[in-house]
Amino acid sequence: MIEVENLSKSFGSHLVLDQIGFEVDEGESIAIIGRSGTGKSVLIKHLIGLMSPDSGIVKVGGQNLVGMSERELLLVRQKFGMLFQGAALFDSLNVAENIAFPLRRTGCSDESEINRRVDEVLNLVELAGTNLKMPSELSGGMQKRVGLARAIVHRPQIILYDEPTTGLDPIVSDSIDQLMMRVRDKYQITSIVVTHDMRCARRLGQRVIYLREGQVYLDASAGEVFNSQDALVKQFIRGEANLKEVNF
Amino acid sequence: MKAAEGVVKKFSIGVGRVALLACEVVRSLYTTRIDWAELLKQINFIGVRSVFVVLTTGASTGMVFCAQTLYQLHKVKMDSAALSVVGIAMTGDLGPVLAGLMVAGRVGAGITAELGTMRVTEQIDAMRTMSTHPIDYLVVPRFIATVLAMPLLTILAWVVGIFAAYVLLGSVLGVDQASSLKHMYYYTDTGDVLMGLIKALVFGALISLISCYRGLNCDKGAEGVGKATNEAVVQSCISILVSNFFLTLLLRPILKSF
Repeated sequence: MIEVENLSKSFGSHLVLDQIGFEVDEGESIAIIGRSGTGKSVLIKHLIGLMSPDSGIVKVGGQNLVGMSERELLLVRQKFGMLFQGAALFDSLNVAENIAFPLRRTGCSDESEINRRVDEVLNLVELAGTNLKMPSELSGGMQKRVGLARAIVHRPQIILYDEPTTGLDPIVSDSIDQLMMRVRDKYQITSIVVTHDMRCARRLGQRVIYLREGQVYLDASAGEVFNSQDALVKQFIRGEANLKEVNF
Repeated sequence: MKAAEGVVKKFSIGVGRVALLACEVVRSLYTTRIDWAELLKQINFIGVRSVFVVLTTGASTGMVFCAQTLYQLHKVKMDSAALSVVGIAMTGDLGPVLAGLMVAGRVGAGITAELGTMRVTEQIDAMRTMSTHPIDYLVVPRFIATVLAMPLLTILAWVVGIFAAYVLLGSVLGVDQASSLKHMYYYTDTGDVLMGLIKALVFGALISLISCYRGLNCDKGAEGVGKATNEAVVQSCISILVSNFFLTLLLRPILKSF
């Protein structure tokens, strides 16, 4: 469903992604892990055409996104839903308007159908009754859940999560993990999560890709990665700092 | 020398990118359905909420300009011509320029700060993932609203500026209002009015395009948004003043026959 070949991206002289390559099959659930600054968020933005690479290919459903105009990309993006690190809710719209946004923008004009779909996803993320609240009235965890509801309301084929549990306490993180698993299982959506939260990666990723220094260091099943005897992988999964290597 | 080259290069790139944005806006106007709810919201923000500042500026300028003109004309005993000078200046130049500068300061800053904040908080990226082109949803309604609002605000500035000058002449400065009004009608022609309206349209387009461009392309963080907002206001004001000069040179011969 998604093919990435020799993807490279640099900002100035800093090479962030270096000849990355992997494939994602339909219905698969993948966790991309790696230390901060290894290009995880940059990679996920390439998968949906928010960034264009210096070289390489990104194919979604057989269509190469590289070289497409923004208006051509808009059509391809109808297959996607994305939850952003900071939820990225529109400040000027209330919860219901935020969630209805992708429906309205893709031509759905039946208000009763829009309201039904909004209520359905709000129930799914356990935020029923918050329709008229503004994003500024919600906690960080609630904003993430509204962001998730907005990402799935138009029934995408692929959902991308960019650091879904960053900045949340362990209890709220757990609830977000469970919601993501519920969404994956209910709608059979291809899921790609970028995270450095090992619990989130372990629970959501059937396959795990470990990025290190802009390259795919390991691409294997979750079991293989979390039981890996490789020193670098073990060190990352256990979160053990080698003070000589850490760049604060 | 290299610094000057850098400034010229940066200026040229900026002008080119704003021109490309203008092309994309025109394309969007023809190909995309307008979001009427968003357009009405912007007309309220850009037009209705600018009324007070334009009224105040128009009235103040009309009165001050009238008083200063009268003091000079009084020396040659042409008191009743003061309102004519105010009329010609307000319709052709002062009205659109003052309204433009006020709108650039109030609305341009607001547009850039709003779009800039949306950019740094990834709301614009989120919009793009939901199959929505930011130009269609964010720029086009602001462009239409500013282009529609500017001529109306300019007319408001004319009316209130001339009326304030008229009242001042009669009630405070003791000049015959009837002959002042007669002279103003005689010397202020349709060409002046048309020139003012055309300038207002151009200034509206410049303010919205520059402000939206700065907001959509601002650097990250609060500093980036602040810098972009500052640049948007400065560049909008400069573009109004510079284009006013060239529009006057260009339009005066064309509109001479009206």
